[in-house]
Amino acid sequence: MVRYALKRALSLVISLIVASAVIFLVVEVAPGDPASFMLGLNAQPDTLAALRAELGLDVPRLQRYFLWVGGMVQGDFGISYAYRSPVAQMIAERMWVSLPLALYALGLSTAIAFPAGIYAASRRGTLGDTVVMGATQLGVAVPNFWFAMICVLIFAINLRWFSAGGFPGWEKGFWGGVKALTLPAIALALPQGAILARVMRSSLLDMLGEDFIRTARAKGLSRRQTLWRHALRNAMIPVLTIIGLQFSFLLAGAIIIEQVFFLPGLGRLVFQSISARDLIVVESVVMLLVFSVIVVNFAVDLAYAVVDPRLRART
Amino acid sequence: MTLLSVQGLDVAINGAPILRGVSFDIAPGQIVALTGESGSGKSMTALATMGLLPKGAVAAGKLLLEGRDILTTPETALCALRGNAMGMVFQEPMTALNPVHSIGDQVAETLRIHGTDSRAEARRIARDMLARVGLPDDRFPLSRFPHELSGGQRQRVVIAMAIARRPRLLIADEPTTALDVTTQAQILDLLRGLVADFGMGLMMITHDLAVVAKMADRIVVMKDGAVVEQGETRQILHHMRHPYTRALLAASTHRPKLSPRITKDDPILTVTDAVRSYAEPRKTLFGPRTVRRAVDGVSLTIHNRERVGLVGESGCGKSTLTRAILGLEPLQGGTITAFGHDIANLPPALRSGLQVVFQDPYGSFNPRHKVARLIAEPYHLLPRPPDSARREADIAQALTEVGLTPGDADKYIHEFSGGQRQRIAIARALILRPDLIVFDEAVSALDVSVRAQVLDLLARISASHGLAYLFISHDLSVVRSVTDRVLVMKSGKIVEQGETRAVFSNPQHPYTRALIAAAPVLPALHQEETA
Repeated sequence: MVRYALKRALSLVISLIVASAVIFLVVEVAPGDPASFMLGLNAQPDTLAALRAELGLDVPRLQRYFLWVGGMVQGDFGISYAYRSPVAQMIAERMWVSLPLALYALGLSTAIAFPAGIYAASRRGTLGDTVVMGATQLGVAVPNFWFAMICVLIFAINLRWFSAGGFPGWEKGFWGGVKALTLPAIALALPQGAILARVMRSSLLDMLGEDFIRTARAKGLSRRQTLWRHALRNAMIPVLTIIGLQFSFLLAGAIIIEQVFFLPGLGRLVFQSISARDLIVVESVVMLLVFSVIVVNFAVDLAYAVVDPRLRART
Repeated sequence: MTLLSVQGLDVAINGAPILRGVSFDIAPGQIVALTGESGSGKSMTALATMGLLPKGAVAAGKLLLEGRDILTTPETALCALRGNAMGMVFQEPMTALNPVHSIGDQVAETLRIHGTDSRAEARRIARDMLARVGLPDDRFPLSRFPHELSGGQRQRVVIAMAIARRPRLLIADEPTTALDVTTQAQILDLLRGLVADFGMGLMMITHDLAVVAKMADRIVVMKDGAVVEQGETRQILHHMRHPYTRALLAASTHRPKLSPRITKDDPILTVTDAVRSYAEPRKTLFGPRTVRRAVDGVSLTIHNRERVGLVGESGCGKSTLTRAILGLEPLQGGTITAFGHDIANLPPALRSGLQVVFQDPYGSFNPRHKVARLIAEPYHLLPRPPDSARREADIAQALTEVGLTPGDADKYIHEFSGGQRQRIAIARALILRPDLIVFDEAVSALDVSVRAQVLDLLARISASHGLAYLFISHDLSVVRSVTDRVLVMKSGKIVEQGETRAVFSNPQHPYTRALIAAAPVLPALHQEETA
């Protein structure tokens, strides 16, 4: 198990190095000068030179790469051109919205998917199964921004349970923050939960057809016991894979929902930085997202090994 | 008192009758074999006894376990009986265990759900039971996972799970069919010992009459869901009344009439010191990779019109060697030459002289193609494939040769039974008139009567086409009946080779002797005595 974890960790480090090199190359080596690109066509030569010095573009490339990576390791992501403030600080502020939102949505999606998937699988072919699967079909089909607007209409405008948007900040109290994130999290979680429920159901049904389920029944376990004790854990591998993918998506892919609810999240930051040609911010956020995806994959790999002893052995 | 009494059992699934009036008894300490070909209803009888009939099944009649009718017992009470009063062992040990639970947990689970309260006590009994089935704790601790065990060892775990509560009735459904002969002999000994020790009744389901003859006190012969004959084993084997039983025994001991051997020194396939090795995963993070030699310096020659057998147990390297001969595996050493060319760059026209028939008649055809197209597949090897009229004539002829009709060319593969599919596979191999066909366990998945027909077909075409073949099998009796020369393979090496008759009557290598000793043999003489 330790060897497996070490091996996965090694691959994590290698992935990070490769990813940082690729991002650096794309932004720095791609044709065109970042400074002139950022300033637009009508930039004055002296402004351009000043920006080039500020961005550190007068240093050789290899050295620049190590400066960039070294800075990131120490938490220094550079200064945003458009906002004139440290990128690290900007990302950190947004992270405090995006990360809790992603976790909240993922928690909700799992909370919807597990019971729904298990219920449908255990009652395969019955009315209950059909109803649950029909509902997940709908959940997959409905666009989340539309669902978000319906939520706002019902819960914020009519019932006035939640505010229609904005984020008060965690310093104003934990529950206030949670409340502000609830509607966005539900809107994000619905389609994800529906997909996950379908994966859970089909994975469980595959397992319930396996020979060892028949063996378990011959030992005297009831249908319900075989499902919980024998099928569920075996069915977790594809489910974990989907959860890992969904987390990465939720962290960065919430742009539309952030827009609908006026949330100052990472998605909006990327969107605004791209519009403002703020390459340093884009570069840093992309690196951060890549980092989080790789770390999540690492966590999923470890979870596989916890679930399946065969993976622990195969180092 | 009888332990299990099956009285007039009828089972229908979605209206289609599966079992019709099945009746037999099992007494404590008695081994009763249910035998018959696939589809005869053996397994369904076992599942009915366990109360595990599939969805849509309707059962009638009586199934009395110690006087209690299984068919009228509610599901919760059945759960209490399964694993407790009756246990079951299945055919496929590789998939019968849950891969994510340790063997100790899986054996202990049987005990825990049937009332052994303390976890420690359950594990203690599990340890004893695993030791009883030949997996002592010092070599096979409870923490082992199924993937760390061989097929035979896994079957032992399944048996330990089934007998943990010392059930009165044990049902074993083809418990050794998926195992090698030497492992089969051990598992059969184990089952017999358990029956004697615990006084259990054993319902043993097997299609293998040789196993039946070795194990059973009584035989129940089934066909199409009904019992055609039953009685004491000796009695049945000596005085078979029913024609089906006779046909079954005749098919089991069937030896096709081989044409006389023609010995010509005209090698068409030469394997010289072939080595195929695989790199194993590293043991430590940066440690060296160990190399496993699946085929380790094998040399063999097949001459024109020669019928050669290759026997060995699973994992001995037979399949790897087969793939190498077919040019599907690169070699790390040695050479394989067919028709005077290296196998790796054999010209397509010559390649057509070497064909293969695989084991699985279900998985080796593309289900979306018609038989005509499936059979005509090897034509792409020819530089100038024949025109369509010629092609149709060839297809019709190939189908006729294997005992099918030309009209079958327009059907899809799912319309055929396993035996017919294997005939189609042979037709596909024959269509280019090859000089050599490799049969890789080609009759292992077939029922005895179908197997007998396919073996006859093989003997016939080898004579009529002047065909040489390499017949690879784990089944010694089959290899013995269709080959002139035999090679015995173990751990990637050929340990013995010679004339088939000489090797079987006077084996030299200890491994060959062990193989022959372990293979159950039908008392073939009985039939002649009584006839």
